[in-house]
Amino acid sequence: MRRLLILLALLPGIALAQMVTRDGITLTAPQEQRAEAIGQQLRCLVCQNESIEDSSAGLAKQLRVIIRQQVVAGTSSKDILRYMVQRYGIFVLLKPPLSRLTLLLYASPFLALLIGFLAAWAARKNRVVASPPLNDAETTRLNELLER
Amino acid sequence: MDTRRKLLFAAPFFAAVASGAGFYTILRRMQDEKYDPHALPSPLIGHKPPAFTLPGINNQAGFSNTDLLAPARPMLVNWFASWCVPCVEEAPMLGALAKSGLPIWGIAYQDTPGAVATYLQEYGNPFTRLANDASGLTAINWGFYGVPETYLIDRQGIVRWRWAGALDADVVAQNLTPLLNRYS
Repeated sequence: MRRLLILLALLPGIALAQMVTRDGITLTAPQEQRAEAIGQQLRCLVCQNESIEDSSAGLAKQLRVIIRQQVVAGTSSKDILRYMVQRYGIFVLLKPPLSRLTLLLYASPFLALLIGFLAAWAARKNRVVASPPLNDAETTRLNELLER
Repeated sequence: MDTRRKLLFAAPFFAAVASGAGFYTILRRMQDEKYDPHALPSPLIGHKPPAFTLPGINNQAGFSNTDLLAPARPMLVNWFASWCVPCVEEAPMLGALAKSGLPIWGIAYQDTPGAVATYLQEYGNPFTRLANDASGLTAINWGFYGVPETYLIDRQGIVRWRWAGALDADVVAQNLTPLLNRYS
């Protein structure tokens, strides 16, 4: 019984050990993981080839704080991404969503493949058909001509 | 070689020339500062600014989004900071625009009232009204990503244009003036 009580008393300690503090926000390890996963999908607007998670820009830090605050508040990852897109447009997403604007981008590999197939097909169609083998009479005639 | 084969052999050459011309145009436009690959379209364009209420500076009243709902004439909202170098660069242009009668409202980004007062004293104060976004959180709601940024708001209170970076004579002549003519 006493052992159990001691264990119970230690439980909050275990939970506390799993708390992380990032950019001044304290959250649990799974929450931090979720926040990082979101931040890695978002482009830092200041240094445009870095994610918000990797950037040391002041704005990126502020956005990391906002992400973590929303994660702690229980906002879904989808809604946090929507919050960012509402403010910064789809350019903020490192992986652009499929939309009318990005359709050509996503279709381009298939279009290239299609063009390749068409080219191959056209080349095959135009290939000169190999002539049938010569018969005996023709072979004799050819040899005659060659020997002349 | 028949014409078809000739055409086929020439195709890669023409493709290379066409893409070369394309890249050359992009680079030249970048050099002439007519094209900025880092510039982002603002999702705020076509919409009213998001709700905010910001305090003023040095005991003057700030302003809120409701003050921007129906300006008497098109106006600019300029985000600036006393610590921002391109802001100093555009200060004379803002001064000239203000003198021409264009109302410009300023929002100081992550700044202190004292530093803003010193800055305005040194480089001139083109602003009809001033507000202070000390935390920078209102800026994020605007989709702001770096000082200076300038927004054009029409008489219906709708954002029509956003310019990220210093306003110079070229930007004003090519972008702002035509828009002002259209919306006034």
